[in-house]
Amino acid sequence: MQEIQSLMGGFAVAMTWFNLALMFAGVTLGVLIGVLPGLGGANGVAILLPLTFSMSQQPGGTTSAIILLSCIYWGALFGGAITSILFNIPGEPWSVATTFDGYPLAQKGRAGAALTAAFTSSFVGALVAVILITFISPIIARFALKFGPPEFFSVYLLTFSAFVGMAKGTPFKTIAAMMSGFALAAVGIDTVTGQLRLTFDIIELLKGFDFLIAVIGLFGIGEILLTIEEGLEFKGAQAKLNMKVVLETWKELPKYWKTSIRSSAVGCLMGIVPGGATPASFMAYGLAKKVSKDGEHFGTGKVEGVVAPETAAHAAGTAALLPMLTLGVPGSPTAAVLLGGLLIWGLQPGPLLFVEKADFVWGLIASMYLGNIVGLIVVLTCVPLFASILRIPFAIIAPVILVICAIGAYTVHGSMFDVWLMVGFGILGYVFKKLDYPMAPLVLALVLGDRAEDSFRQSMLGSQGSLSAFFANPLVGTITGAALLLLFWPLISKLVSIARGRSAA
Amino acid sequence: MQNAPVPRFFRRTAVALSIGIASLAGAFPSFAWEPTKNVEFIVPAGTGGGADQMARLVQSIIAKHNLMKQSMIVVNKGGGAGAEGFLELKGAKGDPHKIVITLSNLFTTPLATGVPFNWKDLTPVRMLALDQFVLWVHKDNPAKTAREYIEAVKKAGPGKMKMGGTGSKQEDQIITVALEKRSGAKFTYIPYKGGGEVATQLVGKHIDSTVNNPIEAVAQWRAGNLKPLCVFDNERMPYKGKVAGDYSWNDIPTCKEAGVDTDYVMLRGIFMAGGVTPDQVKYYVDLMEKVRQTPEWKKFMEDGAFNQTAISGKEYADWVAKAETLHLGLMKDAGFLAPGKK
Repeated sequence: MQEIQSLMGGFAVAMTWFNLALMFAGVTLGVLIGVLPGLGGANGVAILLPLTFSMSQQPGGTTSAIILLSCIYWGALFGGAITSILFNIPGEPWSVATTFDGYPLAQKGRAGAALTAAFTSSFVGALVAVILITFISPIIARFALKFGPPEFFSVYLLTFSAFVGMAKGTPFKTIAAMMSGFALAAVGIDTVTGQLRLTFDIIELLKGFDFLIAVIGLFGIGEILLTIEEGLEFKGAQAKLNMKVVLETWKELPKYWKTSIRSSAVGCLMGIVPGGATPASFMAYGLAKKVSKDGEHFGTGKVEGVVAPETAAHAAGTAALLPMLTLGVPGSPTAAVLLGGLLIWGLQPGPLLFVEKADFVWGLIASMYLGNIVGLIVVLTCVPLFASILRIPFAIIAPVILVICAIGAYTVHGSMFDVWLMVGFGILGYVFKKLDYPMAPLVLALVLGDRAEDSFRQSMLGSQGSLSAFFANPLVGTITGAALLLLFWPLISKLVSIARGRSAA
Repeated sequence: MQNAPVPRFFRRTAVALSIGIASLAGAFPSFAWEPTKNVEFIVPAGTGGGADQMARLVQSIIAKHNLMKQSMIVVNKGGGAGAEGFLELKGAKGDPHKIVITLSNLFTTPLATGVPFNWKDLTPVRMLALDQFVLWVHKDNPAKTAREYIEAVKKAGPGKMKMGGTGSKQEDQIITVALEKRSGAKFTYIPYKGGGEVATQLVGKHIDSTVNNPIEAVAQWRAGNLKPLCVFDNERMPYKGKVAGDYSWNDIPTCKEAGVDTDYVMLRGIFMAGGVTPDQVKYYVDLMEKVRQTPEWKKFMEDGAFNQTAISGKEYADWVAKAETLHLGLMKDAGFLAPGKK
């Protein structure tokens, strides 16, 4: 149990008053950053990176520096859920899936329950991931090495498959939305050929359609347009405003242990591979909907539908730090900035980091435990406060949301064009809702379309165009098989029932 | 109320403060020109990559050593393989509060995509360093030298061995093509999004070799997962400190020594917008010189095994012009030019 010993050493490093104060500061800042759409964890960490430079030159300072930055990251992971649940505006990409059930819950007056469920499952997901990192990080690191382009593609395929058939209404509408997402994702530079696509010589289109702007527009602006039409007020203003709701929700949560375990597994896998927190949350939600007894009622305000994506997102977000530390490959955009930080501080991420800078690594791992506990305390005590935002009259809060959305869209790339784009997406979001087209497939395709396409074409380059690459070894074969099974499950189950019907007759 | 006496304590503090400000101002020598507002440091690439790291290091050093009265703010404009950042600077003619750090995409992006910009639209300030490229293979690869590896690639047949690299029609692929041209070997080139990812793919044996920068692959070298075969420069890297076991950067032969005569280095330099005054240029030349003298910068150079050539003025502009011709030639040969570019 050498790990336990190292971990205790890590706690000794991390548990100074200074570091604890940094944790509180970092988490609080992170929650704020997470709440503001557009200003993501990656931006927040990048802005504060130069500040940590002088900090890192003190003895033991690199540990303090990474504690501050990683706590901002935890805070952002927690904070992303808040606006998703209250206003149907995801503060971070990984909380899009949280809106599916979180927002209906808030509309039913159960915002407090949804927030508590979201925060608690975030914590659980992170805890599982940290425990994994603590005890079996070498094995995990080796597993991540098995992932080449075909494996990545099969994972993305699995995500899409877990999602198909999820939306209510006709599958053709889902496909139409998903295809528009793919088309939007194709705009900009193409990694594989290095050519520009669909930019029509318009300079603003060079950088493609940022997923964040689409989300802010589709969900945030679209929702406000709809609310204006329906009567200028938020439903669910009658949310309970005391801490009892936390305890009540906690009593309900153990029921969903299966979902928690499944989502943690999905999250850890996606974080390590590294696929990222966003696909993890979508995949976990899709799986929960398919597997759970309550599956058909997902989307109408089920606590389980909040538990699944939040657990997975936080597990993935935490696990994403492992490939960064052991391989130097960031599992998420925020991890990429942290990686840059390590290099600037003079640390070298890689297989030897655990040996050479054991103090730093175990200090960081210990801070993952502590930081998440701190985070949970901070956000849970604020649940009534957050929920009370819904009591503010719509006439006041709507302009504020609009302004925050606009600032958020501007911050992503510092470009005014993006603000207009956001408005465009807002109108699209409104039209989608009126015509009953699902937005989630569009968003999912926009996030993953690019990466799925890259890994598919990389695989094809490697295999000289043979599709057998996706069944070339047991690992990729299993994932592809699972994806295809999930994709055709509705057809298969129909066939099975027809066959049964026949034999009965 | 207006004539109320100022309390003694506040008066003292005010005096102390003004002295403080005066002495602070005295710490800065006077310049013919200096920034009057925040300086935007444009990175024509995403967060976390080599150019981004260097820009953020420069920003940190300037902040830590108080090298500039105004703040420097790093902004990533990586859209369209960096075209977004360069076009912004091109459009900011005469604006002295914007600088950009370059990658090879200063040359490759306009050539490969046809996006209308050229380094001549900008004002060269100074070179910070040159980034090296090293030919890496997995530690289990039987080849002991670059020549042996290239022979193995030829023997396997065209397109059988996979070379991984960052991006398409950019530096990594250009080196691969140059290597193919010199040696007659033929790779299948697989583009990825980032250098760290490429190194990991090599460790996982999903590709057979890479031309990673030293800093992208050094951790895996030290862990014994990868081995370097040769460096694509005219001279060996000067760093003699032990890096991986008994080996130093200096022990890696040049590709020419190793029998595959190919060389390529990547510019890490600073440019300003067009139409700025010589005083403004001089300010940034001096500023970057001060940055280069700090211990933090020197350590970063050594960790990343950079080639520390750093020139400015006409010498720099000439170097850039030569580099552009070189890229044009290489990309033309490889058939990477966008339609309409000659």
